[in-house]
Amino acid sequence: MAKTISTKELAQKIINHTKIIILDVRNTDEFDNWKIEGGQVEVINEPYFNLLDSVDPVANKLSKDQEIIVVCAKGGSSEMVADLLEEEGYITVYSLEGGMKAWSEHLEPIKIGDLKEGGSLYQFVRLGKGCLSYFVQSNGEAAIIDTARMTDVYEEFANEKEVRIKHLLDTHLHADHISGGRKLAEKVGGTYYLPPKDAEEVTFDFTPLQEGNDIIVGNTEVKVQPIYSPGHTIGSTSFIIDDTYLLTGDILFVRSIGRPDLAGLAEDWVGDLRETLYSRYKELSNNLIVLPAHYSFAEELGEGGEVSARLGDLYARNEGLQVEGEQEFRKMVTENLPPQPNDYQDIRRTNMGKIDPDQEKQKEMETGPNRCAVEG
Amino acid sequence: MSIQANDVLDAKGLACPMPIVKTKKAIKELDPGQVMEVQATDKGSTADLKAWAESTGHQYLGTVEEDDILKHYVRKASVAEAKEEKKYEKIAELSTLQAKYKEGATITVLDVREPAEFAFGHIPGAVNIPFGELVERFEELDKKKELYIICRTGSRSDLAAQKLTEAGFTNIWNVVPGMSKWDGPLANER
Repeated sequence: MAKTISTKELAQKIINHTKIIILDVRNTDEFDNWKIEGGQVEVINEPYFNLLDSVDPVANKLSKDQEIIVVCAKGGSSEMVADLLEEEGYITVYSLEGGMKAWSEHLEPIKIGDLKEGGSLYQFVRLGKGCLSYFVQSNGEAAIIDTARMTDVYEEFANEKEVRIKHLLDTHLHADHISGGRKLAEKVGGTYYLPPKDAEEVTFDFTPLQEGNDIIVGNTEVKVQPIYSPGHTIGSTSFIIDDTYLLTGDILFVRSIGRPDLAGLAEDWVGDLRETLYSRYKELSNNLIVLPAHYSFAEELGEGGEVSARLGDLYARNEGLQVEGEQEFRKMVTENLPPQPNDYQDIRRTNMGKIDPDQEKQKEMETGPNRCAVEG
Repeated sequence: MSIQANDVLDAKGLACPMPIVKTKKAIKELDPGQVMEVQATDKGSTADLKAWAESTGHQYLGTVEEDDILKHYVRKASVAEAKEEKKYEKIAELSTLQAKYKEGATITVLDVREPAEFAFGHIPGAVNIPFGELVERFEELDKKKELYIICRTGSRSDLAAQKLTEAGFTNIWNVVPGMSKWDGPLANER
């Protein structure tokens, strides 16, 4: 029987930039749509049903003494293929436990830095989907920004750090993943915040995020300052934490910028997006460290697996910030957009509380990459 | 209507890769051209079965969902079918048929594919008698009427035209290539 590898172990290999070979045995359409990327990963695709009689189709792509991680949708086919490879004399073969389904849910906490008055900031990287969420803790309290659906991960983390989760903030109404903010707020007795302009249709109570109403984490001076920054959605709000970090949500990424069309109003919001990126953010300090809600390219993962950049550096090299003409900008963010995220309309409706799909359905809806960026 | 199949494979409750592993094994027992119904509950089985059929040359016909059970229909590839030399001479191009439809002419189309293929899409008003049953059932057809015979690629319909000629039909046409290239209106019986 071939060995298995957990999503945690695989995540560690990726963020440590360990060289690994992945054999993805899902069918090619699914593979082309979404695959494991990052670090030093080399990934090849051969559907499991082509390997039932013999592993010959992959024989010239793999060598028998290298470490191979076999991956499929849920972990069943990869186990079978891993066994077949072992029988053929491949020495180190692993099957990824739970397959891409489990991979899509894995969150890897990475420390971004300590805060001035004590406390620290962590980025939770969802490697399978490119989503990023943030955990701020100080003096026994914690705030989470853009909480993912898998809320138990944050709860365990809070228990380990012996802090109480008090504030749950979403930068905007998400279209690519189901927010865990409201659920976790209810469970731990915390406050769930949303930008009011994104929440006009929501069916539940929330606390509105407003410029000027800072949120204090712990008893010390860890401020979370909301900055209204529309464009990806009309309500999109950024946060400045500890005067050092700028959480940009889906407005500004490390290598790209947000797309304005996921709520159906690209034409209307282009102007807002430009205003936010080319004026509002420009008034902020160039030394702020940008921490986005997503990444799209494996190369965006830094040395320790974190995704971040200095705001000043982004003004110098992010292509989405180099477009002089307004017409040209409009064209870039409304034409040739990547496909929309899987089930994005139902995901929005779920985040508004209008529908309440069961857990299995929610997992299915979130399958695939995030696609919230305009790839310039 | 229920879709006819020559064999039914129960892969309910089985997780990937088992539905495909079992299908692969079971289809070996079928004769070329026969249709198998694969019952599965694994949601991923639809995309995988389709991709598997494409990579092996079998024909994926379609899937029907009933009470949370997915019923996939696959027709076993037949080598002879593709290689059969066409002999029947009166050939009607698919475009001719399409034009007649547009004009609104009354024409009779005999579709000789398997009922399962027919069920997933056929020319509206077409009559279905699978090739294998034609010899016993040609009396259902009117010899005096002009008859257009169609299948998926023009091979089975060619053989059907020959059989009907032997049975005394004269006013018949083999439509080429066949339903695989038909882009006119489709009816289905699901």
